[in-house]
Amino acid sequence: MNLTLHVWRQSGPKEKGRFVTYEARDISPDSSFLEMIDVVNERLTLAGQAPIAFDHDCREGICGSCSMMIDGVAHGPQHGTATCQLHMRKFRDGDVIRVEPWRARAFPVLKDLCVDRGAFDRIIAAGGFVTASTGGAQDANATLVPKVAADAAMDAAACIGCGACVAACPNGSASLFTAAKIAHLGALPQGQPERYRRVESMVAQMDREGFGGCTLHGECQEACPKEISMDVITKMNRDYLVAQFQGGESRRAGGGTG
Amino acid sequence: MMMELNARIPAGPVEKIWDEHRFQMKLVNPANKRRYTVIVVGSGLAGASAAATLAELGYQVKCFCFQDSPRRAHSIAAQGGINAAKNYQNDGDSVRRLFYDTVKGGDFRAREANVYRLAQVSVNIIDQCVAQGVPFAREYGGLLANRSFGGAQVSRTFYARGQTGQQLLLGAYQALERQIGLGAVQMYARTEMLDLVVIDGVARGIVTRDLISGKIESHAADAVVLGTGGYGNVFYLSTNAKGSNATAIWRAYKKGAAFGNPCFTQIHPTCIPQSGDHQSKLTLMSESLRNDGRVWVPKAKGDARAPAEVPEAERDYYLERKYPSYGNLSPRDIASRAAKEVCDEGRGVGPGGLGVYLDFADAIKRLGRDAIEERYGNLFEMYERITGEDPYTRPMRIYPAVHYTMGGLWVDYNLMSTVPGLHVIGEANFSDHGANRLGASALMQGLADGYFILPYTIGNYIAGAKLAKVDTSHAAFREAEAAIAARTRRFLETKGTKTVDHFHRALGKLMWEYCGMARTEAGLKTALEKIPVLREEFWRDVNVPGSDAELNQALEKAGRVADFFELAELMCRDALQRRESCGGHFRVESQTPDGEALRDDVNFAFVAAWEYLGEGKAPVMHKEPLQFENVHLAQRSYK
Repeated sequence: MNLTLHVWRQSGPKEKGRFVTYEARDISPDSSFLEMIDVVNERLTLAGQAPIAFDHDCREGICGSCSMMIDGVAHGPQHGTATCQLHMRKFRDGDVIRVEPWRARAFPVLKDLCVDRGAFDRIIAAGGFVTASTGGAQDANATLVPKVAADAAMDAAACIGCGACVAACPNGSASLFTAAKIAHLGALPQGQPERYRRVESMVAQMDREGFGGCTLHGECQEACPKEISMDVITKMNRDYLVAQFQGGESRRAGGGTG
Repeated sequence: MMMELNARIPAGPVEKIWDEHRFQMKLVNPANKRRYTVIVVGSGLAGASAAATLAELGYQVKCFCFQDSPRRAHSIAAQGGINAAKNYQNDGDSVRRLFYDTVKGGDFRAREANVYRLAQVSVNIIDQCVAQGVPFAREYGGLLANRSFGGAQVSRTFYARGQTGQQLLLGAYQALERQIGLGAVQMYARTEMLDLVVIDGVARGIVTRDLISGKIESHAADAVVLGTGGYGNVFYLSTNAKGSNATAIWRAYKKGAAFGNPCFTQIHPTCIPQSGDHQSKLTLMSESLRNDGRVWVPKAKGDARAPAEVPEAERDYYLERKYPSYGNLSPRDIASRAAKEVCDEGRGVGPGGLGVYLDFADAIKRLGRDAIEERYGNLFEMYERITGEDPYTRPMRIYPAVHYTMGGLWVDYNLMSTVPGLHVIGEANFSDHGANRLGASALMQGLADGYFILPYTIGNYIAGAKLAKVDTSHAAFREAEAAIAARTRRFLETKGTKTVDHFHRALGKLMWEYCGMARTEAGLKTALEKIPVLREEFWRDVNVPGSDAELNQALEKAGRVADFFELAELMCRDALQRRESCGGHFRVESQTPDGEALRDDVNFAFVAAWEYLGEGKAPVMHKEPLQFENVHLAQRSYK
């Protein structure tokens, strides 16, 4: 099949970007979207032009590297699918496709379609964990976890950290990402001791990184390749509210130091 | 100078030596630990768990990964599960049985002492991961659930849906991020290790490239740990992530670390076949599908009819025919070779005749479509997404693909390579899996090394080593930086007519043909002639666009492919010298009268450890003999 691509090209973080048009000819409908870009890149290289930089790694929809805005939709037209698992047979011969990087204040463009998602790591570092240093853990079956709780935790933990939720949100909010981790750990007994401290510090970090606020548009859950429900945001908001009423975890009597 | 190959396995009964060794090892005073810097390269299960644990102990840790976040290391893609000898199912499991299954599954080419220790600490891993909040599958009563996996008669595999690797990695990643937040680990994402620095015979640092700015930087340390994964991408097409590479271990090999059993690769039988030349990687379809799917090809060569039009009498259910007792659930190496055989005979299906059918029609008839959907719905959906074919109405097409490498840098019992101070963990070392890894054991080994073995043994090394003060002003760092700069210049100035991927694909085809599922003396010798020719062409005619002072993905790839070229040659050499068949290594000359792998324990019960002798010189092989005192050597049979 033959396609026309309008691709965002930007040579560096501080450079000005622009759309450049490329013809992608004789593309196999069985190739993935990234394989289509591979083909275009090989041709660009041989023609003496700079290939398009884009993040990718596992190409199985689990590492969360790939991050393309395709015709204005994060990860493109197929629901619940990361760009790497999107195949060209979902397009028609002759289609004109616009490809852009994630657009968000907290995700600066590094080059072409690559953005810096380091803010996500810093949100996790702020509290997205259970404090359990190696060694000394009790027997794994000593803590019973109801199946429904384990399933709910797993639903939220399926997040691949790709950032599509931020890119899709008109506010550039990281609420779905942050709340998914809070909901995962909050559903489990192991996550309880740090529950309110966690929500406070993660939300504070989210704000520091320059993500926008959540106004419950719901674009995030539509864009999420793992179909994480925005119910997790409700859970985060509830925990946050409780934490505020309690006057902050560190100031609560008997709260300990975590 | 001959390399010293001492496995340093403590004496004593196998079940006691790890406990005794832990007591005998020297400790570093808690207040002194912060004076020592440890570099950890790689942030997968092994690297992230090691970096987090070392930081918790008080060491200063620098951790490096080429991905944009440590959470994206390729451990994330592991599906099935993680083994542990918990015996929660009361079905007769024990540390000894997991030890036995792993040694036997590895076709008796692993070290008994290491495997026993792995089985021992497997139980601690599950405890640790649960404490971190890893959402393992549960029974209604709240206890942990288990499933069965190949090569075992007990149910000892713990899992988190089909995303066990992801959840275990996120557990380790979160522990790592906690240490980063506390300032105990300095994390360098999008940073690739390009060389190891050895000073006075001891590993003292690395040189890296910042993949955004292109800046070359030196980092000094008291010990270096590589947890950089396997080298399956030498075949170009594999189930590995696109970025997975051998550069870190290959650079270390060239600086004196012996390479163990490079030819031991695992080829997984059930992957989605290649659909054309555009193919960039292969996707695994879980082994569990073979519980209900039947594998077949047409009896006649070149039968191009649609599968539904091939009558029952004209189909060959070859696994059921050849292995009546195991049938479609024959082990990975056996099933892979059988698929290759029928395709070589011209009976393969799909594009290029490189595929066999995995047919669920009988199972759907017997159990109903709903039952099959309940069991495999997500896998069927993934298959449909990639191939555009509906596996409920048309049999899946599958073909074997490179999946894992059992070979890697040789390490002693303390996980230290032949370069003092350089430790190697996870898939990057030559590992505890012998010649064939059992399903659900890769995750176990990565976390065992990172959480529970390396943190002890590295303390013993540091406490016992007399390390002079070294910083990055040392001439050895300048030398390594200059060598990297020269190599980079060469890539950029060649301005040839072919892309890096072109050469990588060509190398992959050679390796698949001559060093893949069936290896012959003649084929390996052919490969050893063709690889250097192709490598020479690569250096003469490769086209690497752009500059070194920017994000340049072609330049990154060029460096990795250059190293794959050299490693490929070593793999063929190793496969050539091992004139026996064992596990994933099948030498056509060494088979039983009915075509099964035939081991030669008299001549080949050893680990091959290859030593680099310099540019243009043939490497030399050293042998570490393997002793089996606890597991009886026996021929495997699945008839």
